[in-house]
Order: sequence, then C-alpha cells, then structure tokens
Amino acid sequence: MSRISIDQVKHVANLARLAITEKEAEMFTKQLDAIITFAEQLNELDTDNVQPTYHVLEMKNVLREDVPQKGLPREEVLKNVPKHQDGQIKVPATF
Amino acid sequence: MSVFDYKVAELHQQLHKKELSVSDLVAESFKRIEQVDEKVQAFLTLNEEQARETAKAFDEKLNTDDRKGLLFGMPIGVKDNIVTKGLRTTCASKILENFNPIYDAAVVQKLHQAETITIGKLNMDEFAMGSSTENSHFQKTRNPWNLETVPGGSSGGSAAAVAAGEVLFSLGSDTGGSIRQPASFCGVVGLKPTYGRVSRFGLVAFASSLDQIGPITRTVEDNAYLLQAISGIDPMDSTSANVEVPNFVEALTGNIKGLKIAVPKEYLGEGVSESVRKSVLDALKVLEKQGAVWEEVSLPHSKYALSTYYLLSSSEASANLSRFDGVRYGYRSENAENLLDLYKNTRAEGFGDEVKRRIMLGTFALSSGYYDAYYKKAQKVRTLIKKDFDDVFEKYDVIIGPTTPTPAFKIGENIDDPMTMYVNDILTIPVNLAGVPGISVPCGFDSGLPLGLQIIGKHFDEATIYRVAHVFEQSTNYHKQKPEL
Repeated sequence: MSRISIDQVKHVANLARLAITEKEAEMFTKQLDAIITFAEQLNELDTDNVQPTYHVLEMKNVLREDVPQKGLPREEVLKNVPKHQDGQIKVPATF
Repeated sequence: MSVFDYKVAELHQQLHKKELSVSDLVAESFKRIEQVDEKVQAFLTLNEEQARETAKAFDEKLNTDDRKGLLFGMPIGVKDNIVTKGLRTTCASKILENFNPIYDAAVVQKLHQAETITIGKLNMDEFAMGSSTENSHFQKTRNPWNLETVPGGSSGGSAAAVAAGEVLFSLGSDTGGSIRQPASFCGVVGLKPTYGRVSRFGLVAFASSLDQIGPITRTVEDNAYLLQAISGIDPMDSTSANVEVPNFVEALTGNIKGLKIAVPKEYLGEGVSESVRKSVLDALKVLEKQGAVWEEVSLPHSKYALSTYYLLSSSEASANLSRFDGVRYGYRSENAENLLDLYKNTRAEGFGDEVKRRIMLGTFALSSGYYDAYYKKAQKVRTLIKKDFDDVFEKYDVIIGPTTPTPAFKIGENIDDPMTMYVNDILTIPVNLAGVPGISVPCGFDSGLPLGLQIIGKHFDEATIYRVAHVFEQSTNYHKQKPEL
C-alpha cells in the first residue's frame, strides 16, 4: 500500500509554494513514497522515554544587549532585488 | 613539480626568503585552472582581477613588513554556498544565478584577516544537496583521478580543485558528509569540525543543526593550519560555541602510543566493498605499529541514521529555503499574475529536482498530522544515535572506519535513483547527527581511484583526530600521489 497519495503530494507542494506539473506530481508521489516507506524503519525503535535532540551542544539561550544599530543602506538592500521602483520592492498584485 | 606540492609552512618560508612571490602563487593557480579546469570544471566563478591585484599589494607588503601570518598570500578556493562580498555566490542554483552578496561570511572575514587570496568559487550540488556534484545547475565537476567518475559531493568542486592542483586548499561545507566524502573520492584531506567550532554566519543554510564549514587540503598539517584560521565563537552565530580553540598544529606530536581506537562493526559490514574494508584493516595495522590499540565496538543505531538524517535535514531545509521567493534577491519568474503565483513559479523554475524533492519531503514531515510520526520521531532517534557515540567515547579516544562504502562511482550511475545515491553517506551521516568532528585522509586506491580513512573524535577534540591522521599520513605514501591530468 502506498504511504502517500498524489493528492497529498499536491497539497504538500502548495504548502511548500512549489508549482508542480501532473507529471512531477506522479514522480514525487513515487519517490517520496519510497523514502517514507524506508523511513518507517524508525518505528522499530521504542522511543517513548527518549528526549528529542534539537541541538547537539548543551546551550542555553544566547542573549546580547539590545543596542540600537543602523540598518543596511537602501541602495545595498536593493542591489539584488529583481524588481524595484522609487526605492521600494515591486511585486505583482497580492490577490 | 607544482608549487602546490609544497606545504603551507614550506611556501611561507619560500615567500620569506624571496624565492617566491605572492604573485607567483596566484599566477600558478590561474595557469593551472586554464590548463585543467575545462576538464575538471571545479570553478563556477573566478576572482582573477581582484586576486592578482591583491597579490601585487601583498608583494609590496612582503618587502616592507615582516609580520606576516603563516597563511599570508596562500591561494584558496571557496565553496559557492559561502557568501563573498561582491563575488557572485550561487549555491550552484538557478535561483541565485546572479546573486552578488553584500557582505562576507564570518569565515571569509577570517580568511581576509589571515591574508589568504580568494581565487574563485567552487562548484557543488545545488544547495549542498547531493553526493556527486551532479546536481549543480551549471556544470558537472569531474574527478581528477578519472574524468568519467564523480568527485563526490556536495563539496565536489572544493575537493577536485585541491586534488587537481588548482588551489593550495579550499573550504567546503558538511551536512551529512559533504566534505569528507568528496575528500575521500578525490584523495585529499577533508575535516568536518565539531558542530559549533566554526561560525555558520554567511553559510547559506541547508540544515542548520547539522551544517559545518571545514577545510580541504593536501596534507593534515595544512588542514590544521586552515582550521586554526577559521575557528572560534562568533556573535553573529548563536550556535557557535564558546570553547577554547587549541593550537591544532602543536597537537601533531607524532606520538600515538597507547591511543585507544574503536572500530564499529557496522562500518565494515554489508555494502562496504572489499577494497575499502581491506584498506581500513591495513590502516589499523599501520596505527598499531605506531603504538595504538584497536578493538571492535558497536554503534547499534547506525542503520537508522540515514532515515533520521533525511527526515531532519529535509525538514530544516524546507524551512531554510522558504526565503527564496523571488522578491528580495535571486531569480524571479516572469510568469505571475499575482503574488502567490510569483512564489510558486519562481520556486518551480528556480530550484532543481533534488532540491524540490527535499523541500517536499521536509514539508510533508513537518505538516499537520505527520509531525510527531516523522519529525519528532527522528529527533528522538537522533538522541539514540548520539548516545551510541557518547558510550564509545567513554572508553576510546577515536573511532575509525571507512569514509565511504565504495570508491567514486561513474557520472550518471546513481543520479536517477535517490535512495541509491543517499546510501553513499551512511558512514558519514551519523557523525553530523552526533555533532562530533571527523576527518577523511587518503588510505589507498582501488583501480586508480582513491579511498579514504575516516577518523572520528570527541566533541571539540579535533586535536586528537589530527594527531592520529598525521601519524597515519607520515607512515604512508598515499598523499604523495597525484592524479595525471
């Protein structure tokens, strides 16, 4: 039985903000199914009393003084912006 | 003989005695690149004008000022996921094809302080996702030992450029083996430092809890010098560790008498080729002769590392790569009527298949209803994998095994089957999950292709790794062999 359906794949693609074709959806369904089926080997392990590792080093919150600093100059920020006008980033209609 | 056959310390002496100029070193790099890079295809962007200018300025300094660091004037290559101010940084992706960073990564700032000279940016798998450098949007880097085979990945350009003598040394990044595996395939020395040893500020993030930048060199000694230059806590990276940076070169004492080596049976088991197994057993004999002792141990959760890694690294990647939306930098789709389509089409047109596959896997693993079953489960198994290492390191100084199950494979051989490609990394991935350091040093050949010995150490104990690697290197001749191009 497959672990993941083509509709799920399309749903995930939407969550990931990736446009995919029907053919890609089929390919990803097959490949993700293989990877997830393999990954289910983790269920062999009883991890009820195991703490998750988010981070390998024992670190507490790393804080610094809140000192005001200047932001980047506008022309630096705009250097890599694909489309801008009057010093502002330009995007198509939101809706 | 190329000047890059000398070690850093020797070249430093030659500069000092005026037998060589910085301009000579830089010229050697570009001459070699012109001769062989059409075949090897390691470089994505060259920094030629700037490098030659800097070399001239350094030569003036050479004549007037004696206070020069050891790395002064040394030509280096930088993996293309490490940002360099004003020098195109693409991550080998179409989505960053024309990206010119407005700042330098912390490691690049440190290289500037050490006064190395950046020769150019090196090819890689797109966003460091891959084990062969075939996932680059731009070109396929080839293994200098055999142009039909891959250089490994994802730091394939970084390893190939050093092996081909195009630069003296380079920086790579390692999330699941991406420094050690290509170092092994290309017959050079590559170290993944302890997580937190080197600042990740300015390394384009793939999987933030696993990524580390590290040095790729021809010798262990040079590797220690380069790590020295890039290590240390950085206020810009809150995961960089506040621990002392020892003198790594002083650790190269040549003495490993009484050293306790653990050899995990899982690292010499199924899937590991006979030539690889033999090269590791031979290496253990060499170390034994120098006074070390070794015993077989078990890292019982090794077989779960691959699944754990792909769930965790893809989840982190799906979050990290959400910043590429066509708005603030990078490629932007021309086909969009509204903002949502702009995001979707930009990402669909800008990312390659492997990157999309991992974003999809990660998004799935983090999505509602699946988070506990996949992502959280993997984080718990990560704890078990880390504990395997902790247990072994209570009794042993280092863990030794192969870097990869086989020598380099042919270009195109594994590209259509993600699972087969992923299996390449089974011996390097657990090290990233545990956060410990690991090195690959040349330990033999199979049909003319290099093999690598992996030496794994305790957290922040790169010094012991280097000491062992150095003794092994000095007792063998593998590192002296060079590919013919």
